[in-house]
Amino acid sequence: MQTTGERVLLQGSEACVRGALAAGCRFYAGYPITPATEIMEQMSRAMPKAGGVFIQMEDEIASLGAVIGASLGGLKAMTATSGPGFSLMQEHISFAAMAEVPCVIVDVMRGGPSTGLPTRPSQSDVMQTRWGAHGDHPILVVAPSSAYEFFDLTVKAFNLAERYRSPVIVMADEIVAHTRESVVLPSLETLEIEDRPKPTMPPEWYSPYRDPGTGIPPMAAFGEGYRFHVTGLTHDINGYPTERQDETEELMTRLFNKISKDFHLLQWYDSYYEEGAEVTVIAYGSVARSALKAVKMAREKNLPVGLLKLKMIWPFMRRTVMRYLSSSRAVIVPEMNMGQLSREVKRVNQGTCQIRTLNRIDGAIISPAQILASIEEALA
Amino acid sequence: MSDEQHLIHRYLRSSKRFPHVWCPGCGIGIVLGALVRAIDASGCSKNDIVLISGIGCSGRLPVYLDFNTLHTTHGRALTFATGIKLAKPNLKVIAVMGDGDAASIGGNHLIHSARRNIDITAIIINNQIYGMTGGQASPTTPFGLHTASSPFGHLEHPFDISKLVEAAGAPFVARSTVYHARVLEKLIGRAIEKKGFSVVEVISPCVTHYGKMTGMNSPVEMMQWQRDNAITVEKAREMPVDEVKNKIVTGVLVDIEKPTFHEEHARLLREVR
Repeated sequence: MQTTGERVLLQGSEACVRGALAAGCRFYAGYPITPATEIMEQMSRAMPKAGGVFIQMEDEIASLGAVIGASLGGLKAMTATSGPGFSLMQEHISFAAMAEVPCVIVDVMRGGPSTGLPTRPSQSDVMQTRWGAHGDHPILVVAPSSAYEFFDLTVKAFNLAERYRSPVIVMADEIVAHTRESVVLPSLETLEIEDRPKPTMPPEWYSPYRDPGTGIPPMAAFGEGYRFHVTGLTHDINGYPTERQDETEELMTRLFNKISKDFHLLQWYDSYYEEGAEVTVIAYGSVARSALKAVKMAREKNLPVGLLKLKMIWPFMRRTVMRYLSSSRAVIVPEMNMGQLSREVKRVNQGTCQIRTLNRIDGAIISPAQILASIEEALA
Repeated sequence: MSDEQHLIHRYLRSSKRFPHVWCPGCGIGIVLGALVRAIDASGCSKNDIVLISGIGCSGRLPVYLDFNTLHTTHGRALTFATGIKLAKPNLKVIAVMGDGDAASIGGNHLIHSARRNIDITAIIINNQIYGMTGGQASPTTPFGLHTASSPFGHLEHPFDISKLVEAAGAPFVARSTVYHARVLEKLIGRAIEKKGFSVVEVISPCVTHYGKMTGMNSPVEMMQWQRDNAITVEKAREMPVDEVKNKIVTGVLVDIEKPTFHEEHARLLREVR
């Protein structure tokens, strides 16, 4: 399961697993769920061969608990699930955000609500990735649209988790996870791999939550001689519970600022046919593939249309999206939900641009023809 | 100051703001003392101990002690413990939980940790009530008891935590009361030594809530109740079943040998690589 730089036929799930291995993931805990089970099965073979740990837990709550435990033990760790399991994980996503434990959670979206359409695609967890967990906290969410991006964004998700000491969610969908396609993966040497900041001071000088100036405290692993306390309670710089208002505000502010200070580095997108575009399609995940096809078809008809494919979903790329909103007459947001990301687009729009939603909730992907029709309406 | 107090002070965190959160007459401090003495006797270094808790009064235990300490979510201490143990197999991982924490919200993790036989020591402080939230019925609250959430008497029957984990496959199960603090210390020591999922159930008084509901209004009364109702497992074996039913059976209830998850995992790694 190593990355070779050769052309290979890969399912999105396999690409994700290869990405995780390349990023240094050595712990996987999970629970079977369609359509994310392939990731778990691949991991059950790959982890022991890589000298890592695979464990099937009793449920998704336990899975993310074990992942956080392993990360506190010093390993890069992940889990994968789908809607119902992702709902169960929310409590621990909140814990990981509060205790600042790096971890990666893959959510392969399927139709909902509830058990919904287990084998059909959807994009209905967009808001759950952002607001599913209790308490006010920042979160990082990336969305692949192809097997290659599933590899690439899984590597980057681990890097973000380590860099910001934060839970990071890879928001995929059933189509991206199950589609087999020809992929050229980068060779391992060319990959940039980041590791969490480690303390360099002696243990007696170490305060596990003291801001070193970057907003991200160095993180020792349990058992390395730095004995410290980790809690989901609001805590002071030593990790001890506090209810003092000054300490509470300091912690909360740092949690937000450590990511918001880098918003300019977190504008991850691809832009197609930007030149002269009067209409821009803003899409993500598998729908971005349909959108690209639709935009190509439109350009063949000499229609001035471009595509903005979002790879970073949260934090929402306000700066980038605003640029396209100000240069376009209309923006179309096709989504396999009733309009989740389009709410964000509308929020940052400030009335300058016409926003058209295109929603599909019948368990099927939005076709290029549907998007093309919407483009033609927008230009009419 | 006696030697015992000196020993405790070697393990308390000097940087932690005191006093602690527990009510006067609470048994958790006695468990803390027994745990520290057991760890001290085991010869383990502070760096090699990971002490994990869930939520509730027992959840506040680790923060006072100078180990690698982790205060997790309600009921999930064992899931975090599993991850840490597998990431760092050489560390001694000890989880401290309450009865609601371990057997209600965390019941699934408890039985699966026992089944999996992961090398973790679980100390379950059973005060038969939810103390932190104000005295609601827990999974070990006796039938008929009036509590904050069963004002007309509890309609449900309690778990026997030790029997539950035995049935789920735990290779070491012991029970003590906090009144028998010395026995408790020895049992915790044996549980820490044991390879595999080892459980020590500790019957502990919650004077503030359980005492109020049962009419035992002082810590002394609750301690006397423990003293008068506890019998050793050896004695229980010679007594008629009906007489044992309402007693607290203490001592080592299960001690068998079984391969641990970690040993099986290490074998797997050797085989596939």
